[in-house]
Amino acid sequence: MKTFKMGGVHPEENKISSSAVIEQMPLPAQVVVLMNQHLGAPATPVVAKGDKVRVGQLIGEAQAFMCANVHSPVSGTVAKVDVCKDAFGFAKPAIYINVEGDDWVETVDRTPDIKRECNLEPQEIVAKLKEMGIVGLGGATFPAHIKYNVPEGKKAEYLIINAVECEPYLTSDHRVMMEHAEEICIGVSILRKALGVPNAYIGIENNKPEPIAVMTAMSKNFQGIIVEPLKVKYPQGAEKQLINAITGRKVPSGKLPIDVGCVVSNVGTAFAVYEAVQKNKPLIENILTVTGKKLPSQHNYQVRIGITYNDIIKHSIGELPENTGKVISGGPMMGKAVVNLDAPTTKGASSVLVMDESEARRAPETNCIRCGKCVNACPMGLEPYLFSSLVKNNRIEEAKIHNILDCIECGCCFFSCPANKPLTDEIRLGKNRVRAMMAAKK
Amino acid sequence: MKLLNISGSPHVHSDESTKKIMWRVNLALIPMLLVAIAYFGLNALLISLVSVACCVLFQWLIEKFILKVPTTICDGSAVVTGLLLAFNVPATADMIWLVAIGALVAIAIGKMSFGGLGKNPFNPALVGRVFLLISFPVQMTTWPTVGKWFPMSFDTVAGATPLGLLKEGGAEALPQAWEMFVGHIGGSLGEVSALAILIGAIYLLCRKIISWHIPVSFIGTAFIFSGILWLVNPETFVDPLTTILTGGIMLGACFMATDMVTSPMSRSGQLIFGVGCGLLTIIIRNWGAYPEGVSFAILIMNAVTPLLNRWCKPVRFAN
Amino acid sequence: MTQGILIAVIVLGVIGAIFAVVLYFVAQKFKVVEDPLIDEVAEVLPGANCGGCGKAGCRAFAEACVAQGNLDGLRCAPGGDAVAAKVAELLGCVTEAGEPQVAVVRCRPCNIGDKRRSNYDGMQSCAFAHSLYTGEGGCAFGCLGCGDCVKACLFGAITMDPDRGTPVVDEEKCTACGACVKACPRSVIELRNKGRKNRRVWVGCINKEKGADARKTCANACIGCGKCEKVCPVEAVHVNGNVAYIDHTKCIACRKCEAECPVGAIVDANFPAPVNKEKPAAPAALKPAAPAQETPVAEQPSTNNQN
Repeated sequence: MKTFKMGGVHPEENKISSSAVIEQMPLPAQVVVLMNQHLGAPATPVVAKGDKVRVGQLIGEAQAFMCANVHSPVSGTVAKVDVCKDAFGFAKPAIYINVEGDDWVETVDRTPDIKRECNLEPQEIVAKLKEMGIVGLGGATFPAHIKYNVPEGKKAEYLIINAVECEPYLTSDHRVMMEHAEEICIGVSILRKALGVPNAYIGIENNKPEPIAVMTAMSKNFQGIIVEPLKVKYPQGAEKQLINAITGRKVPSGKLPIDVGCVVSNVGTAFAVYEAVQKNKPLIENILTVTGKKLPSQHNYQVRIGITYNDIIKHSIGELPENTGKVISGGPMMGKAVVNLDAPTTKGASSVLVMDESEARRAPETNCIRCGKCVNACPMGLEPYLFSSLVKNNRIEEAKIHNILDCIECGCCFFSCPANKPLTDEIRLGKNRVRAMMAAKK
Repeated sequence: MKLLNISGSPHVHSDESTKKIMWRVNLALIPMLLVAIAYFGLNALLISLVSVACCVLFQWLIEKFILKVPTTICDGSAVVTGLLLAFNVPATADMIWLVAIGALVAIAIGKMSFGGLGKNPFNPALVGRVFLLISFPVQMTTWPTVGKWFPMSFDTVAGATPLGLLKEGGAEALPQAWEMFVGHIGGSLGEVSALAILIGAIYLLCRKIISWHIPVSFIGTAFIFSGILWLVNPETFVDPLTTILTGGIMLGACFMATDMVTSPMSRSGQLIFGVGCGLLTIIIRNWGAYPEGVSFAILIMNAVTPLLNRWCKPVRFAN
Repeated sequence: MTQGILIAVIVLGVIGAIFAVVLYFVAQKFKVVEDPLIDEVAEVLPGANCGGCGKAGCRAFAEACVAQGNLDGLRCAPGGDAVAAKVAELLGCVTEAGEPQVAVVRCRPCNIGDKRRSNYDGMQSCAFAHSLYTGEGGCAFGCLGCGDCVKACLFGAITMDPDRGTPVVDEEKCTACGACVKACPRSVIELRNKGRKNRRVWVGCINKEKGADARKTCANACIGCGKCEKVCPVEAVHVNGNVAYIDHTKCIACRKCEAECPVGAIVDANFPAPVNKEKPAAPAALKPAAPAQETPVAEQPSTNNQN
């Protein structure tokens, strides 16, 4: 069975919400739509206070190159165009909308029928992705129209669909595959057409036998879609590792997947692409897992963007358990701890993971015993222990020479460290300092 | 409601800890301890107890009264040092008190003077052992009698180790390879039974506390190098099988050279480390003044470890 | 026996002689000619290698001085005027006396006790915490309290106040090298002129949020009301981006702004304690609509002498 060659760890899987069917999250009284829900510059608001908006209407326009459109997830009145504190407490431009009914724009095809034919040209597909504000839903929220617009002189040979879901706890991709297999396959076909590649590979870790079976059966009906079961190993869902696992190629330092002829998209993105291209539905909803070992129930929801964490928690489990220690947006390996539960969710949110105090607390740091576990766990072949001391002593130049910028921040080093050293934190700090140093030199 | 915690990702941990690693090493040393007790009697037990107790005590005293830092005796590393030190001395009655001196040197000079666990460049148990070997050469090379199981008495009769016999040119008196493997030979506490060492080593390998690189390259190099010498001149040199089954090569390769703190981090560095240990051991055995060279070989390679860490980088993913 | 000793002595002697000759030629070949003035300048520098001058250390500073021939744009903050005069004498140029400076902390404690909103459990580094979230108190501008400035200070002048969660500068030890200013990811620390008799006034807040939002986050926040700007006799105070800033080169330390401030965001140092008696009317003139707010008068004694 295929997997990537180097390093990696195997955290406890904890896919406890994998059997929870996707439910629809009801609309709250007000939603807050952030203008930067994607990698790059924030979108520019095109509505003003008092404007009536409908579901799917453009409210934030992409004006910069690295940017994506933002559409209204609800119908109602714009309460204000202001700033809103995001999940980490920083103020970001946002549009507040008071919800009134659920009135969609006419262009969106809301019928339940599956539309299989797509006669658009590659250029038109990319334009559609841009119009609908599609971004990568694997976590990085990279604007899709930029990814699928292959630059001059480069050629895509492989389309890889990331259905690995290597993060513990997360099950949103699992559920999407179980419930929307056909739509995903149509979405993949569309992306395949946009790139002009012969084959698309859907990588799924073999701890998900049901989705593998469903997707394999469905892919038989489509030309050029190959389901590739992969051995369970974290961080298989990282772009470079997935390319390595499926094609055996290695993305060189500082290069993009397209430089080795690969384009990687998340399975959730493929579903969003289907809805955008075939149904004209902008990216206003995503699938979100609400999970945690100590929660009374486990859920998977289809959630409109802009609903706050508090609203989601209130609807799914009532209130947080008494000794909640941490709320994480995303998986436990690479997700971010949330401090402001009044913040709205964004396009890239894949889960609300609730950990109790004992799970959330880090054990005290002890001396490094030079066991080398971090070196062996690193999927990029780096030396985390070395970065730790270099960063501490501010030897930034050396850290750069030892390829600190290749780090993908997967967290395998901290995960495996018996001394509980915050290696991933230190490396992140080091990377920031290296970038600052390089910027200062320019 | 409680305050939410915040930290950088990852938010989960493998639950691996230094403490667990050290206690697992102790567990792996138990087969050897049992063989030593069965073979050398109460002396072996007493030496081990004194050694472990002294190591733990000295570490506690130094941390509590000299360094004034939180004590870390529970992490099990002092126990590992104590056991390994005990396994490296002969099971004679003299050693019961001498090993306490060794423990003081091992902990105070070998470990705590550098800043405690993780900071020491040399294997503390070997520092203690070599100190004893140089300071008390007679006691350290007087071996108890050979070839009697369960001798429940404190009387020790001077015997000879296979290596001692070889040094004196009595190759025909050597025991058979199988006997050496299961432990029917003289020597230090821990080195009598290769079988017990292998059981412990396999446990550590399964627990992923050690990797195969150092033991295999160490023993393999010793085997090949001594094999070449033996083929060149079987009269003077020992055959390779005897070489690796006698003395401390098995113990050294599986438990001393693989010490995490003092061995290289990368796989390639570990291979070079093991090869260096193997070569130096055979060189010291055949051309040095001492019959056994494992301790010196490992200590010399410990000194090279920082260089190996510098030179032997892991293969980068994105080259 | 004697022969052995003799051989050893001769062999070692010959080896020593050979090395001596080799070393002599190598030293000649790789000789670096250096201006002796550099050594002399380096001699009078403090030698702390703090890097406050922007050079890689005291020697690099000395090299730069000698290369330039004067002290324009070069200043050793820890050495101050005394060192500058000595260096100028060596270089044979003139130097102007600079204003002595000191580091001040522009954030007043808010994340104490039950005012904390989250609990930081990560690496003890402000720079890293800043990349994660706003801080335990929820302010996106203020001090994070992990002590990067404490670690950066080579002179031991900064300590963390455990009760307040913000750093305290010992002005006796502070050399104004600026290491803490560079270390702070939020520019909470600023170098300011020490002022006459070491008396100085500054705004203890850099929160750029709108007044109401800032007050929601922190009871001590500057709300940018501009009263200080109006009352200043020398136009040293300006409100920019919802936060007041006092220009330390213009400030005459009259403390009119301090008395006027409705939230007590302006702090002073080294004034005689009973300051509030001079201006008893000022606190009474406060906006009444400032609920649950301590008057600035009540807070002044606690902030005196604490930078």
